[in-house]
Amino acid sequence: MSKLSWVWFHRLASPPYFYRLAGRLAPWCGWTAAACLAAGLYGGLWYAPADYQQGDGFRIIYIHVPSAWLSMSCYTLVALSAGVGLVWRMKLAHAVAAAAAPIGASFTFLALITGSLWGKPMWGTYWVWDARLTSELILLFLYFGYMALSRSYEDPRSGERAGAVLALVGLVNVPIIHYSVVWWNTLHQGPTVFVGSGSDISAAMLVPLLIMIAGFTLFFAACLLKRIQGEILERERDAGWAREMVERT
Amino acid sequence: MSSWHEFLTMGGYAAYVWPAYGIAALVLSVNAVLPGRRLRRQLAELKRKRGGGAQP
Repeated sequence: MSKLSWVWFHRLASPPYFYRLAGRLAPWCGWTAAACLAAGLYGGLWYAPADYQQGDGFRIIYIHVPSAWLSMSCYTLVALSAGVGLVWRMKLAHAVAAAAAPIGASFTFLALITGSLWGKPMWGTYWVWDARLTSELILLFLYFGYMALSRSYEDPRSGERAGAVLALVGLVNVPIIHYSVVWWNTLHQGPTVFVGSGSDISAAMLVPLLIMIAGFTLFFAACLLKRIQGEILERERDAGWAREMVERT
Repeated sequence: MSSWHEFLTMGGYAAYVWPAYGIAALVLSVNAVLPGRRLRRQLAELKRKRGGGAQP
C-alpha cells in the first residue's frame, strides 16, 4: 500500500474521525435506501408478473432474499472485524462488530420468518429440518452467542476477545448455508440469482429483486453507521474529544 | 397486477404475503429507530454528567 492510503487508513481507524464520518454518511445511506425500497416495492408487488408456478405467492422473494443475503454478509462482517480487533487490538474494529451483530440477527430472524410464511403455501409446512433452514437457524444462534458472550465478562476487553473467537469459529457456517442447497437434497429451492453467469428468472422479476437487495443493503449501512456511533461513544465517553463534542453542542 | 382487488388478495396468497411484508416493515422500523434513540440518550447522559459537575 502507498503511504497516502496508510495515512488515510490510520485516520479512518481513529474513533473521533470515524464518529463524525459515520454521522455525515448515515443520512445519505438512509435516503437512498428509502428510494430503492419504494421503487423495489412497486416493482415487486405491482409491476412484476405473477410466477407461472407459485402465482403471487412468490412475491415474498423481494424481502426474503435481501434479508437472507444480509444475514450472511453481515455475519461475515462481524466475524472479520472482530478478528481484526482480536489480532491488531483495534478498538474501532470491535465497535463495528458489536454494532453489526444485532442488525444481522434481526435480518436472520426476518429471513427465517418470511421463509416460513413462503414455505407453508408452497411446501405445505412452515418448517422442515433441512440443511438450508437448519444452518440459517444456527446462524441466528451464532449471532446470539456472539452478543451474549462479548457482554458476559466483567472486563469488556476480555468479552470482546472471547466473542471474536466465537464469531470466527462460526464463520464456517456461512459457506455451509450458501452451498447447502447444492450439497444436499433440500426442500429449499436452488439459487435463482447468479452473479456473472446470468439468472434464470425474467428481467421484470429480477430487476425489482436487485433493487430491493440494494435498498436493504443501504438501509443496513445506515443503521450500522448510527450503531457504530453509539458503540464508539460508549467506549470513548471519558475521552477528551467526546467531552469537547458534548460541551460544544 | 391488473387490479386493486388482485393486489390486495395477492392471487389467493394474501394470508402469507401480507404478514411477511408486515413483519418486514416492523423489523426495519425497529432497526431504523433504535440506533438514533440510543445515541441521543448517550449524548444527553454525557451532557448531564458534564453539566451537572459544573453546577454548584
